[in-house]
Formats: sequence, C-alpha cells, structure tokens
Amino acid sequence: MKFTPSRVLRHSMAIAFSALLVGAAATNVLAVDTIKWMHLENNPDNLKVWQDIAAAYEKAHPDVKIEFQFLENEAFKAKLPTLLQSNDAPSMFYTWGGGVLLEQSKTGAIRDITAAMDADGGAWRNTIAPAAVDGLSIDGKVWAAPYQSGVVSFFYNKDLFKKAGVDGDSIKTWDDFIAAVNKLKAAGVTPIAVGGGDKWPVHFYWSYLAMRIAGKDGFADAKAGKNGGFAGDAFVKASQDLADLGKLDPFQKGYAGATWPDEQAAFADGRAAIMLAFQDTAISQVHAATDGKGLAADNIGRFPFPLVTGGKGVITDDFGGLNGWVVTKNAPPETEDFLKFLTNVDNERAQAKVIGIIPTTKGAEDAVTNPSVALAAAQMAKATWHQNFLDQDLGPAVGRVVNDMSMAIVSGQASPQDAVQQIEQAYEQGN
Amino acid sequence: MSQATSVPIAGSRPYRAPATRRSRSATSGLRWPVLVLFLPPALLLFTIFVVLPMGEAAWYSFYNWSGYGLPTQWVGFKNYGFVFANSAFRQALINNGLIIVISVLVQVPLALWLATMVTSKISGAVGFRLIFFLPYVLADVAAGMIWRFVYDGDFGLVAGIAHLFNVDSIYPIADKNLAIYAILGVVVWKYFGFHMMLFIAGLQAIDKQVLEAAEIDGATPRQKFFHVTLPLLGSTVRLSIFFAIVGSLQLFDMVMPLTGGGPFNATQTMVTFLYSFGVMRMQVGFGSAVGVILFIICVTMAFGYKRIFMKND
Repeated sequence: MKFTPSRVLRHSMAIAFSALLVGAAATNVLAVDTIKWMHLENNPDNLKVWQDIAAAYEKAHPDVKIEFQFLENEAFKAKLPTLLQSNDAPSMFYTWGGGVLLEQSKTGAIRDITAAMDADGGAWRNTIAPAAVDGLSIDGKVWAAPYQSGVVSFFYNKDLFKKAGVDGDSIKTWDDFIAAVNKLKAAGVTPIAVGGGDKWPVHFYWSYLAMRIAGKDGFADAKAGKNGGFAGDAFVKASQDLADLGKLDPFQKGYAGATWPDEQAAFADGRAAIMLAFQDTAISQVHAATDGKGLAADNIGRFPFPLVTGGKGVITDDFGGLNGWVVTKNAPPETEDFLKFLTNVDNERAQAKVIGIIPTTKGAEDAVTNPSVALAAAQMAKATWHQNFLDQDLGPAVGRVVNDMSMAIVSGQASPQDAVQQIEQAYEQGN
Repeated sequence: MSQATSVPIAGSRPYRAPATRRSRSATSGLRWPVLVLFLPPALLLFTIFVVLPMGEAAWYSFYNWSGYGLPTQWVGFKNYGFVFANSAFRQALINNGLIIVISVLVQVPLALWLATMVTSKISGAVGFRLIFFLPYVLADVAAGMIWRFVYDGDFGLVAGIAHLFNVDSIYPIADKNLAIYAILGVVVWKYFGFHMMLFIAGLQAIDKQVLEAAEIDGATPRQKFFHVTLPLLGSTVRLSIFFAIVGSLQLFDMVMPLTGGGPFNATQTMVTFLYSFGVMRMQVGFGSAVGVILFIICVTMAFGYKRIFMKND
C-alpha cells in the first residue's frame, strides 16, 4: 500500500508522457515491443554482461526494446505477488523454482514456455541440461528458462586444518567430520562459521543430513506423506545428528545473531576453519573479508558433504540452487525468443566467465575458469539427484519453518522430535 | 502490507474528532456547495487509502491465501486461531507490552527530567537540547544498523569495551535473553528526544509568574516541580504517554535491521511478526489476521486512553 501514491504519480506522469508521444508515434509506424527484465543483480560488472547481451538482441531485432528493472532480493520477494497482478508486471523475472514457482503457476499470472522449448523439434530444449529443465517444470510443463545452477559443499581453510592436524581430503563420513571438529577445537581453532541469525545457512546442514540419511526415495516418500512424512525416523535422525554437532559448540561466538555476510567474513578472515556454502565461495569470500583480500585461493580446500554411515544417500546427491527466468502472462511474444538467445551457448559462456555461474546450457561449462567453481561444476555433472534448497522447494511457508527449526535444533532450543513435528505440521497445513 | 496504513489511524482518529466537531458548529454559517466541493476529495482519499485496505485486510484474514491470484479457500476464524497458538506471536505481545512499560516508566520520566534541565538557564543548554534530539532525527533503519554495529561482539563498540577491560566479549543481540533489553535500550535512546521536545514546549508555555509566586511563598525546587510544574504540564505528559504507547505498538523499522525479530523470535514485535510470518512467508491471509488483531489493539488502546486520561485535554 505504501507504494500506491507513487504509483499513481508514476501513472499520471506516464499518461502525460504518452500524450506527448502520440505526436511522435504518428510518424513512427514501427511498433516497438518492450521486454521488461526484472533482476536482482546489483554488481555492475555482472549487469554489464546482460546489458551487452540485450544490446546485441536489440540490434538484431529493431522492433524489440529491453528494459532492465532492479529490485533488492527481499524487496523482490515481498513485492512480486502484488506486481504480478498489476499492469506494471515485468515481462520476465528471476526465480529459484520450487514452491514459489508452483504458487505462481497456479495463478495464471505467468506463461508456460513448453511450446517455445519444444518448437522446431525441441531446438531450444535440446540445448539445455535435462535436469535443469526438469527442475523448473511442474507436471510436464516448463515454467521457467533455466540459466544457472549450483551446489553447496564444505570449504575449509587449509592452514588452520594443518595447524590442527586434520586432512580435509580424508573426511568421507559424518563421523570423520565430527572428529575433525573436535580436533580443531582441541587446537584452539573455531571449527565452523555459520550465519545463525539468517537461519538459512543452518538449513544447509539439516537438509544435507536428511538427504544423506533418507536418500532420494526417502525424500520423495516424505513429500508424499509416507513413513511419517518429515517427522519420520530418517528426519529425526538427521535432526539428532545436527543437535549433536551443536552440542560440541563448534561455531564462532555470537553465531545466533550472525548474518550471512558475518559468516563469510569469519571464514575469509581466518577466524573459523569451515563453511558450508555455495559453489562460488572462493570468489565471494574475497569481498566479504574484513581486509578486502580474504584467503589466498590455494589456501581454500573443498569437500562434498560427507556421507552418514548407514544412510541411504550417495555422495553424488547434490543440494543447491537452480535459477531461471519466468515469463509473465502479458509479456511480448518475443520474450521467449529473447530467453532462447540469452541461454544460448555463447551467452551462457559470457555469463560463466564474468559472473561465475555454473551454466545449465550444454557445452558452456568450459567457460568456468575458477578452479573451485569448476570442481563444483564437475561434481554436478555427475549428479544422481539435485535437490533444490528446501526453503524454496517446499515453498516459503514451510521453507521458513525448516530454517527456524534447523536453527532451533542446532542451538538446543527444540528437541529433534519436536522440531520435525513442527516441520511436518507446516507441510501438511500447506498441502 | 495494508496494515502499514491502518496502524496510523489509531493515532490520527483522535485528531479527526475535534475537527468534525469544529466544522459542525461552523457549517451553520456555510453553504452546501462548500461541503460538496471540499469534502469529496478528502473523503475519497481516506476511503481508498484507509477504509478500503482495512476492509480488504479483514476480508483476507478469513482465507488461506498466498497473495497470488484471488483468495478462494475460506477458512473462517482459523487464521486467528493459528495466530494465538503461535508462540512467536505471544512473545511479540509480551515484547510490545514490555516496550510500552519501559517507554512509560523510563523514557517519559527521563525525557521530562532532561527537559527541565535544558530549559533552565545553564550555559550550553541549547546545545544539549540539540544533541538529545539528534537520535530522533535519525532514520529508524539507520539507527538499527548503527546499533547493530555497536552491539557487535567481534568488531563493535561492545567488543572494544570488553577488550579494554580484558574480558570475553559479549554478543547482546545473539543472546535470546539479552536481545530484548538491547532493543529496549535503543528504543529509549531513539525516542526520548521527541518526548523531551514535547515537554520543552509544554514547559515554555507555563507562566513564569506562577513559579515566581511559588518561590516567593518559599517553595523548594522540589515542591515547585511537583506542585506547580507537573500539574500544569499534565496535558503534555498525557499526550506524551499516548504517543509512547502508539509508537511502541508500531515498532518495526528499527528492529528489522537490528535483530530481524531474532534470535529465536525473542525480539519479535507485532509488526515484525506480521512481516516475517505474513508477508515473507506468503501467508497473506494469516498476516491479515495479525493486522486485524493489531488494529483492534491499537484502536482500543488509543480510544480507551483518550476516554479515560485525555477527556479534559
């Protein structure tokens, strides 16, 4: 509601402006369609890549104009529902897939792009990794054009590991991991950095533990409400393991109020040895460090989330994000064609090179230059299962309960049984 | 988000009341055309931006609705049940109560005391008036971010002080037992200047001759304050408390950057609860129920207070 007066103002200005344009339009016979591209990118270098791509498309299609619209992450999530139902809806916008995309698909506010994907014998679909297309499809309909994906894994400070006598490469099971945490503590090193105030960094732990214990089928069963759903044994066990980790007091001091940037800074400054984070950590930690330099690239090691003994998951089960672009109902017809252009091999390569994305278009992965991102890309190429972030996949309502409960479990505020019960209740309530 | 507009009504309604009374007595001399010309714009704006959103929120609160499409799933009073069953909401209620109590018992007396100090003729009084008022001028969000740094146990002021005394640093906003007190400290710091300004205005309106007369009669400064100044300042004090209560109920902007309602919902207020659990979780129906409850509390408080304490003002 707060924005309404300014919108009224904008509208009246727009009307006045278009009145002026009527005269001009009379001489300009060519109709121009405007694609309004809503994104969350605030790094000008990264945005430049998209602007160049847009300019190239405009040059080839003089009847299309591409207009960039920026919203900050949280503001975007809050404003989008209203925006989509207004006349100001963007033509295409950013998505994390999952439950939010599902909600949007039910409303008729967004356009199914299956036909565009499958046109000319699947000319577009065939260029993109099938798992990525599947990840943004619901009941066989493609609702967004994928462009990047990622995987969460452990990153560690090699110097601090050496100081404590821990070998990162030998951590294969959760027990190994716990032993490493104990060794680090004994050596006077803070083992793990985590942004507990933001909660979602903790949900990585709960999600991965649950994936390792329940496995792909167990997860699908839980979603279907079988074996006690998310309150089933596997999830209680995952919660118990997380609670046991929390009891070791492995996190930096004040972690309960720490944000994601705090977590990154603690790792980048060398104040904590381990961080469970996104594939681009080796790049992003530089900017997060207090001195602006961070850890040397060769001082950062990486290992996939370890297996849990007796669990059904395998090491090639990945947990991470998958992002794409959603087309809205009233978007100009050229929007799909532009997205096809945006996600072609050359443009995905350009994005991989500068932005550091792991491209979802086949053949573009060779442009990933950072060695640590390349490792993640290689791991993803072998993925047996790619699970989207639970706070996206299960939808915002249940997802945030997962985040809350992950934090409550690790800090001893809720028992594993109570916590999974609350997650299951939220899930049942929402479905 | 409609609650963001519905909340201030609690504060603005009382001003409307005298306005209508005045216009009614004045209309006898005026002609209808004036009414027809000047009333509709205000009425229209008020309806579009205040009455309609309130009605909409009340309507949404009976649906299970994500904010997408049109609400279709009627759930009756279920959302209200969920709200009251939510431990975070109960915590928010307690916190709002606590903020009101601290505002009234600490902030207002502090402001009154400082106001009497800076209105007396000590050198530098005007300078202090400005300094005390500064926190209030600061944007709420900026204040929240500044205090987040102050309370930071790694690099903040708290860390610096702890370092000075060679003790382990504390993390006030990461500790669920301390966090609400950290917020209360900022609330008092942020808003006492506003109340102080009210009192300064009130003090300046007091006739100096009355105080002089008391002095001649041999009243001590203490007696002068409690038997002359305070009674004459009564209406200002009541107004100040009224603002403190309404402001406390609306507390949001400062809490979000400071703690975001955490850790473990220990610093949730009703409005941050509405935002985190209604808007961010896309449970617009649930959020609307919170908004309606908040609205009822605000209106009851505002009108109740006006009726009981401010009927003669």
